[in-house]
Amino acid sequence: MRLFLALLFRNRLAGFGAVVLALVVVLCLIVPLLPLAEPNAIDTADKFLPPFSPGHPLGTDHLGRDLLSRLLWGTRLSLAVGTCAAMAAAFSGTLLGVTAGYFGGRIDNILMRLVDMLMAFPYILLALAIVAALGPGILNALIAVAAVNVPFFARNIRGISAGLTAREFIDAARLSGQGHARIIVTELLPNVLPVIVVAVSTTVGWMVLETAGLSFLGLGSQPPQADLGSMLGEARAAFLTAPHVMMVPGAMIFLIVMSINLLGDGLRDALDPRLRSGALARPEPVTRIAREVVPPARSVTPGLLELEGLETRFQIGARVYRAVNGVSLSLARGECVGLVGESGSGKSVTALSVMGLVASPPGVITGGAVRLAGVDLLSLPYRGLRALRGRRVAYIFQDPLSTLHPLYRVGDQMIEAIRVHRNIPVAEARAICLDLLRIVRIPNPESRLAAYPHELSGGMRQRVGIAMALVNDPEVIIADEPTTALDVTVQAQVLALLDGLRRDRGLSILFITHDFGVVGQLCDRVAVMYAGRIVEEGPTAAILAAPAHPYTRRLIESVPEPGGGKRRLISIPGLPPAVDRLPPGCAFAPRCHRAQPACRQGEIELTRSGTRALRCLFPEEVPQ
Amino acid sequence: MTPAPQPVLQVENLSKSYPVGRGLFRQGKAVVRALHPVSLSVLPGETLGIVGESGCGKTTLARMLVGLLPPSTGTIEIDGRPFDTRDRRVSSQQIQYVFQDPISSLNPRKTIRQTMEVPLKVLFGLDRAGRQRRLSEVFEAVNLRPEFLDRYPHEFSGGQAQRIGIARALLAKPKIIVLDEPVSALDVSVQAQVLNLLADLRAEHGLTYLFISHDLAVVEAVSDRVAVLYFGAVVEIGPAERIFAAPSHPYTRLLAASAPAIGRPLVRRDGAGAELPDPLNPPPGCAFAQRCPKVSGRCRAETPQLRATGENQLAACHHPDPA
Repeated sequence: MRLFLALLFRNRLAGFGAVVLALVVVLCLIVPLLPLAEPNAIDTADKFLPPFSPGHPLGTDHLGRDLLSRLLWGTRLSLAVGTCAAMAAAFSGTLLGVTAGYFGGRIDNILMRLVDMLMAFPYILLALAIVAALGPGILNALIAVAAVNVPFFARNIRGISAGLTAREFIDAARLSGQGHARIIVTELLPNVLPVIVVAVSTTVGWMVLETAGLSFLGLGSQPPQADLGSMLGEARAAFLTAPHVMMVPGAMIFLIVMSINLLGDGLRDALDPRLRSGALARPEPVTRIAREVVPPARSVTPGLLELEGLETRFQIGARVYRAVNGVSLSLARGECVGLVGESGSGKSVTALSVMGLVASPPGVITGGAVRLAGVDLLSLPYRGLRALRGRRVAYIFQDPLSTLHPLYRVGDQMIEAIRVHRNIPVAEARAICLDLLRIVRIPNPESRLAAYPHELSGGMRQRVGIAMALVNDPEVIIADEPTTALDVTVQAQVLALLDGLRRDRGLSILFITHDFGVVGQLCDRVAVMYAGRIVEEGPTAAILAAPAHPYTRRLIESVPEPGGGKRRLISIPGLPPAVDRLPPGCAFAPRCHRAQPACRQGEIELTRSGTRALRCLFPEEVPQ
Repeated sequence: MTPAPQPVLQVENLSKSYPVGRGLFRQGKAVVRALHPVSLSVLPGETLGIVGESGCGKTTLARMLVGLLPPSTGTIEIDGRPFDTRDRRVSSQQIQYVFQDPISSLNPRKTIRQTMEVPLKVLFGLDRAGRQRRLSEVFEAVNLRPEFLDRYPHEFSGGQAQRIGIARALLAKPKIIVLDEPVSALDVSVQAQVLNLLADLRAEHGLTYLFISHDLAVVEAVSDRVAVLYFGAVVEIGPAERIFAAPSHPYTRLLAASAPAIGRPLVRRDGAGAELPDPLNPPPGCAFAQRCPKVSGRCRAETPQLRATGENQLAACHHPDPA
């Protein structure tokens, strides 16, 4: 609740709207207690008194009635009618929408076509027709306004309900033995409620306006009863001689509708979980870099791509998540290095940090260096980094459906990727794309260039993703779980393709995965990450044959191998630690079968011996 | 010799097809077959693994088995009686379902206790004390701390949420549990924990599992028998220890060879043939023919039926390898 209010008032205009509306509502509530003149008392001798007349602070109307009193009583009535209409529309609209969305199929079709019929009439005509049928009067105006707004709620809520009904928790509720009514009330409705609240809050103002419109036409409140619309209507005749009589209710309508709309916008932003999680904050084009110590430049590095003590953190509220905590890694020309870890180990953030692709805020690179052929990428200005992205270092992501733009043809996207970096004619770029599609073995490349991403299968899309990474002939490819979303038979083909490309073109690949089976097939060297740090590194064959870190060993053992028959699997007890509350010492100690008291205190360094490196005090016995 | 035990689950010619291009009053002409007629029987206490790639119809099969999807043809019998989902209070106690994505199968606006108490109220009409007793019992069975009951779904990691999903299925005291990719959303180290837990629960509660997964190493490790699905049809079924060691169907062989395994070299295969046939316009004959190394003219004309290729092993292939 406090978070909600804080979010609401972060939007100043919404806060302003809330204050104005609160004042108006309080004023309306205490109207009967105020020492006001009788709103309907006629005194024709004092008609059209200007504002600030004695006894009549806002003047009087054409029958000499006190305007202030009529204004407050009228506002009270208009607000009440508007709110009731919104509630009634929301209630019937929700009933229709939830029923249509939940049951779907024919019920949905019939209900929604009825709603469409309502929508097909111009709303004011429909309202007029309803009032004409029922007779004038404030209650009938309320019914008319509510009725014409039902479609808005019904359509909105039907869409949300249909989406929610397809979610698994509704299926789960069915399987737990609940009936339809119970599922709708206890499972569906609580999830639809925020949408209803937002829809009501943004439409109350509209309803006040529509009721005023009907009253203005003489179809709403009947004389002598005052509401804002009828006050306007009655003042119309004397508009030129006594404009204040019309301006007083007009100003009130403006105040109410404006404050409600401002508040409604604020409510929508505060209740929308997507906006709450910071979708309104646009990430910067490069990850923010705040290094206290910049490592000294080294012009000659052993590898093509070198990470030195890279640290990336996420600052969310008061919490600091140390996602990458001093990672050093080297990738030589033509080499394939596997970066292995479980979810939350920091392997993807490491990969994204290389080209400054971690979203900022909340991500910040707080230390270390990333060198490409000796040049520190973290010191480069945005333009310099952008010239390298996709040109010398390219990425392949897990889900090509979400990285390819759904509205552009595959070919156009590939051609664009070339022409961003190289000023060559479209035809030439197209020829390069065709070549690459052939290389990644896409059948009928000419026709595939004109295809949209959704027209391709998952395996084909990932091939396009690989071809797209290759368009500018990069030196380094960073592949972040490129085969995780693919079927095994397709995965085997994509891995073989990557392996072939590496050998044919001398590509360096940083291959990020959680799967030791894949690493064993593709990578020369492997680095194992746990809780933001590399715990073991070395040649793949050596590590697979004799893992030294207990985590590596357990991780390899917990992958079930085909051909073993039915059996008990080896598991690692416990869960990986949260990276905002890392324990002192070794982060794996609480789950480790070899942990000693010494493991739980002080820093444990990554020690290198020969080709292997290890961060462990009590490693597994490695058979010599 | 003892008589053969009665199957707890018997499925005959179960199939699902969807009409395409249907309007409000117009019935569509074209039909997409999500699942071709499938017949299976599962013995009490057995785990039947169902393995296949995306689009093979395994989730369609699972959802029909628990009654979330009405079958187009065929029958389901549980304990010799027709499975009837009209009364959920009965059917929920016969068969339960564990979802692939544990978090999205929990209502985000309810605490775990609110979600978990529903089946106890609806199915068994337990009072507050009885519900509390049963909840602590089940939570202990899946190694979860009782204080988790008063938290919301988003506060859990994948592994914990999947235990909650399993606990919820157990609450209904079902005979059979259908597990639809129960570990594919989990990390490897946690995956083994959950698989071992499932094995323990099966022994303890005398459960029967239908274990659906795309990962054949996992399926093999937990199953007694395995059925392999391809393009909506069972192409091979047999004992778990035999089916990948000595596959009869070329597709099973391909699956087994494609699984990434530590120490197995990468085999370079031709890239073109990984596509499934177009479901709107399926080819005549065997659906695997265009990818099959042993394809013959007969394969493209005549749909193969399941035939015995070894002891308890059946394959739908005109040219099976001897099991």
